[in-house]
Amino acid sequence: MSVTTNITPPKDEFIQRTRSTATADSGKNLLTVQALKMHFPLTQGIIFQRQVGAVRAVDGIDFYVERGETLGLVGESGCGKSTTGRAILQLYKPTSGSVKFDGTELTTLPGEKMRRMRRRMQMIFQDPYASLNPRMTVGNIIGEPLEVHNLAKGRAKTERVQELLKIVGLNPYFTNRYPHEFSGGQRQRIGVARALAVEPDFIVADEPISALDVSIQAQVINLLEELQDRFKLTYLFIAHDLSVVRHISDRVAVMYLGKIVELADRIDLYEHPLHPYSQALLSAVPIPDPQVEQKRKRIILTGDVPSPVNPPSGCRFHTRCWKAQAICSEVDPEFIEHAPRHWAACHFPGA
Amino acid sequence: MATSTATIRVPTAAEQAAILLRPPRSLWSNAWYKLRHDRLTMLAFGVLILFALLSAGADLFSQNIFHYTFEKQDLLNTYQKPTLDPPAFLLGSDEIGRSQVVRLLYGGRVSLMVGFVAALVNLTVGVAVGVTAGYMRGRVDDLFTWFVTTLNSIPTIFLLLIFAAIWEPGPGQLTVVIGLLFWTGISLFCRGQTFALREREFVIAAKTIGARDARIMFRHILPNILPLIFVLAAIDIGAIILTESALSYLGLGILPPTPSWGNLLTNATTYFVRAWWLVVSPGVMIFLTVLCLYLIGDGLRDALDPRLKAES
Repeated sequence: MSVTTNITPPKDEFIQRTRSTATADSGKNLLTVQALKMHFPLTQGIIFQRQVGAVRAVDGIDFYVERGETLGLVGESGCGKSTTGRAILQLYKPTSGSVKFDGTELTTLPGEKMRRMRRRMQMIFQDPYASLNPRMTVGNIIGEPLEVHNLAKGRAKTERVQELLKIVGLNPYFTNRYPHEFSGGQRQRIGVARALAVEPDFIVADEPISALDVSIQAQVINLLEELQDRFKLTYLFIAHDLSVVRHISDRVAVMYLGKIVELADRIDLYEHPLHPYSQALLSAVPIPDPQVEQKRKRIILTGDVPSPVNPPSGCRFHTRCWKAQAICSEVDPEFIEHAPRHWAACHFPGA
Repeated sequence: MATSTATIRVPTAAEQAAILLRPPRSLWSNAWYKLRHDRLTMLAFGVLILFALLSAGADLFSQNIFHYTFEKQDLLNTYQKPTLDPPAFLLGSDEIGRSQVVRLLYGGRVSLMVGFVAALVNLTVGVAVGVTAGYMRGRVDDLFTWFVTTLNSIPTIFLLLIFAAIWEPGPGQLTVVIGLLFWTGISLFCRGQTFALREREFVIAAKTIGARDARIMFRHILPNILPLIFVLAAIDIGAIILTESALSYLGLGILPPTPSWGNLLTNATTYFVRAWWLVVSPGVMIFLTVLCLYLIGDGLRDALDPRLKAES
């Protein structure tokens, strides 16, 4: 992943030189991701296809998710957040790296075993209009996972579907209706009910509220929190709305161009961001206090996000970083624990 | 859709209790309900069934009503205009005094049988192969593309001549040949649709749930391309009925004196100036059959679209 060198990064009393600490298994971890890479090959030619490059959507990330917590994953559009979520659930075959779920390595799990494992990990999708089959009734959509995993049949299935509808706050008499008859928020609830049907431990919520009206967003967020308490769920919450992430997450990971640049407990990250990218990102969040808001200093980044096909050398952020020095374009900074439970990949972390 | 934000009236508690006891509905039961209330589609169904019954009962009608066989000639009564006396000349007689109406009944047998069976073969092969190739992609799709392109690059006429040379021509052989040759268009269409559908979020959602490939193909992809397949089928059957007549020229397919709507029509064009009614009757039959198929295709498409409500 990172280039090993002799150049010593700035000293910090908390620095631990082992990268693996970000994925250290304390026994509480439900999910451990190590050096995960997801490259999409770019090919040329019709019959003899040769690879001319790759979109490095996810390029070596390490993190863990503790049982029962919510890990927020934030970053700009196209930084690889959603790809990370899908690669974890093996919807894409990761290029390399390891994804361990409750002690089981998923990347090498054979098809049928993986299929059964899916009962324990589910996903809530971004677009509630696209993620429900328009030709299936709500009852069939929510009942499908029950059928697939042989959990309930006939009358029991119908009852379970009605129960699930109640759980997500929908009227159970909606079973025979079609998705197009519902509003965006209601559809997202149907998507949540489908994910809950198999009683999973882990849910990847892939921007579950981005497509919803602001007035509906809070409802869905509250529902997700309520369900987490009730069913002891663990969430990987992917979003780009920083205030929402701050509200729902226990810990937050910040992604930039296929890499996690910072990972810390929520308050720690929002109060003391170490990575310049996190600092810039957080400086853009408006503060709901006019006096403080006036004093808020925004860090405006110049330029655009570089292409993931040909990412910058060294630290990927150096092309837009105001702190960048010569070393930044040469050496990829390691992902180091700068403070307890606070990891960052930067040569010059801190204020 | 504009209806997406429509608010739903919440029924009273008593109504809800009744609704909860209803059996779960599916796309198919809803479609059937809507079809039954679609008069035009049911009429088209009725007409097709009538045609099928008339053709199936050709022996009965020709013996008891028209007292004429399809190959019986009457050289004294050629080019008779349609008349009720004798009933055999209800639709006139042809250049060697054969009964047009009897030949039309028998012709329906061949044309409808060849059309429907061959289209069924086309659709089964085309949809199965196209959806599989589109869903599996990779090697399977490469093989499929190679095969279809190769097949399409050989002029059909030569392929048919080869078949004609190997096999004895007849309706059965014709059906098989058409069925096995004309599926490529349908399969390419299905492949393209599947390509697009497999990347849709609801298909990815099905994968996340843990659905097997077969289930995803049958439950998620197929129902979403089915409406288009029905329209294709209607076009396909019409095209096959006409192809059959063209093939008769090559000595493959229906050989005279066995009639089919196709060869009745092509024969009659020679005598169009002397006996226009010989052209009209098979033409009308083909036209009505294809029209009914289009109407049914259209009706099925609407019935299978949950966004369109049945008119009550």
